[in-house]
Amino acid sequence: MATTLLRPDQTFYPSPRLAAKAPVETLAYMVTFDPSRKKPDGLVTLDVDPGSKSFGKQVGRVDAPNVGDEFHHFGWNVCSSALCPYAAHPHLERRYLLVPGLRSSRIYVFDIKPDPKQPKLVHTIEAQEIAERAGYSRPHTIHCGPDGIYVSALGAPDGNGPGGIFVIDHDTFAVKGRWELDRGPQELAYDFWWHLGYDTAITSEWGTPNMVEGGVNPDLLLAGNYGHKLHIWDLPKRRHRQEIDLGAEQQMVLELRPAHDPSKAYGFVGVVVSLKDLSSSIWTWYLDGSTYKVEKVIEIPAEPANPDDLPPLLKGFKAVPPLVSDINLSLDDRWLYVSAWGTGEFLQFDVSDPFKPKKTGSVHLGGIVRKAPHPKSGPLNGGPQMVELSRDGKRAYLTNSLYASWDEQFYPDGIKSWATSIHAKPEGGLSLDEGFFSTFEQRTHQVHLQGGDASSDSYCYS
Amino acid sequence: MNTALWPWAALVLLGAYHGINPGMGWLFAVARGMQEKNRGAVLSSLLPIAVGHEASIIMVVVAVSLTEAFLPPFFVRLLAALVLVSFGLYKLLRPRSHPAGFGMRIGPAGLVGWSFLMSSAHGAGLMLAPVLLGLPVYAAYHSLREISLQAVAAASLHVAAMLLVMGLVSVVVYEKVGVGVLRRGWFNLDLGWSLVLIASGAVTLFTAV
Repeated sequence: MATTLLRPDQTFYPSPRLAAKAPVETLAYMVTFDPSRKKPDGLVTLDVDPGSKSFGKQVGRVDAPNVGDEFHHFGWNVCSSALCPYAAHPHLERRYLLVPGLRSSRIYVFDIKPDPKQPKLVHTIEAQEIAERAGYSRPHTIHCGPDGIYVSALGAPDGNGPGGIFVIDHDTFAVKGRWELDRGPQELAYDFWWHLGYDTAITSEWGTPNMVEGGVNPDLLLAGNYGHKLHIWDLPKRRHRQEIDLGAEQQMVLELRPAHDPSKAYGFVGVVVSLKDLSSSIWTWYLDGSTYKVEKVIEIPAEPANPDDLPPLLKGFKAVPPLVSDINLSLDDRWLYVSAWGTGEFLQFDVSDPFKPKKTGSVHLGGIVRKAPHPKSGPLNGGPQMVELSRDGKRAYLTNSLYASWDEQFYPDGIKSWATSIHAKPEGGLSLDEGFFSTFEQRTHQVHLQGGDASSDSYCYS
Repeated sequence: MNTALWPWAALVLLGAYHGINPGMGWLFAVARGMQEKNRGAVLSSLLPIAVGHEASIIMVVVAVSLTEAFLPPFFVRLLAALVLVSFGLYKLLRPRSHPAGFGMRIGPAGLVGWSFLMSSAHGAGLMLAPVLLGLPVYAAYHSLREISLQAVAAASLHVAAMLLVMGLVSVVVYEKVGVGVLRRGWFNLDLGWSLVLIASGAVTLFTAV
């Protein structure tokens, strides 16, 4: 138990409005992994202070004690939701990063307090503990909740469904058990988040471990078998309330970005590919009376391409799908950022009206065909993928790998990993940061910023 | 101070202490007001929170009164001291036990239940036990009815003080100060709270011998 002596942890903010005024980040944490599973994955510390000599460079790294974990997403032990009135624990410290191995199902706990640049491994939750106490495997998304650490898992230990959510105690890191009391028809899992002001949780769908670990399966994809639904849950009662089907042609409903303002009940979700025309799309879910509805608000079309430039999986289609993987929403709920990993484009939309987004900015980096360069690089492969936003909304941090076994199917030369930052103008528009472009031997994945960012915290006050 | 007055003054002070603690209720009232964007939601949350707190206090008061009716004063004090010290030690080891299954949209009945569990889990009522034992009727036992009347009066005085402070703080924070004050003014009382419980136990034990 690590608590502050007097005041609440000063990285906690009651509302997203106050969090947007937090001090500018100077360090970022990024996970990297070895796709050949021969060397340990790592938690890398990046210097993101533009005034520093090592700006944009790796200034620390801690290795996992094993190989083959496949680091992917990660999260904090505790965050601003600790100020929520019904389960407050404001004096716990935000100092541990929980980093799951998506393939090994271990979760490592790193302490960043003694030396923020060089975190220390202090605890390991083994796959067996998760399997025995929760019946789950392949931990994915981590969110620090008001009353514990919530983790989504892709499936059961045998690699089949159902996937779901389990809870970890934020004092002891013990796995408390499966979260769902009644899962209704839900079987597939991926991301989750919540509207704390409405006691509502939302989950999305990718596929079971057996459907994704060997690479994207074209037969399953063309049959519409990957996830295409959203699920709405009663958060405190832990019960399934509603299933929303986006239609079987909408394959892989992934990242969920609810409005940060707890008094608003809407959010955005990205769909990777439409079987009709290979387009990607963004949908807005919203509360209408007592049920949630969903509406497609952005469609990003596939780009025609010469089959010679395409990997075997795509040759027959003569087009590059945008493959929208990650999206992110600024703390003021005004700007939505979208990564199109296939076409190598990073887009910005003004979503002041969540039903009528306006495209306000775009930059190109990498892409299956385009291979767009950064001013500090030659042609790039991979594309904008994981995106993290600073709390003030002025900087986006990008990395370019998707998932080991899928990377090669779309980028057969193998991903050469990079991380970079993009500037967002206050009234819309994007520009590349010419000072920050770094390459890495291992594949780069999620980034989180010291003190918090636009996907790490949730709030109970507006 | 007049020996007949100090327990009443202590009850009022402890009420103010519980009222000013964000974790005991006023913060919940403010959050509900912000969610509904309406001061009425702040005010209408206060009474259910006070009712839950009162119920938790009365539970202790009744337990003390009943024990007092059947056991000699020495054993009552010994028992109270043991309960206080062990509860204080428990809070020292597990300071953040909070009731499960609640959320932001619990109705008035939910608020009563939450406040009851929250007050009980933190030993808010237990903290009053040494004061109750100092009340005149407890010092020289008369009848259960007399004790109960006085005990309920004691609990109500305590909760009235709590309600007043809680109401003032929640309206001022909602209308003027804003929740940003939490970052500066929400002091870590966990350790202090545990030590007060243990100290109350020690004092009770000492006065029993």
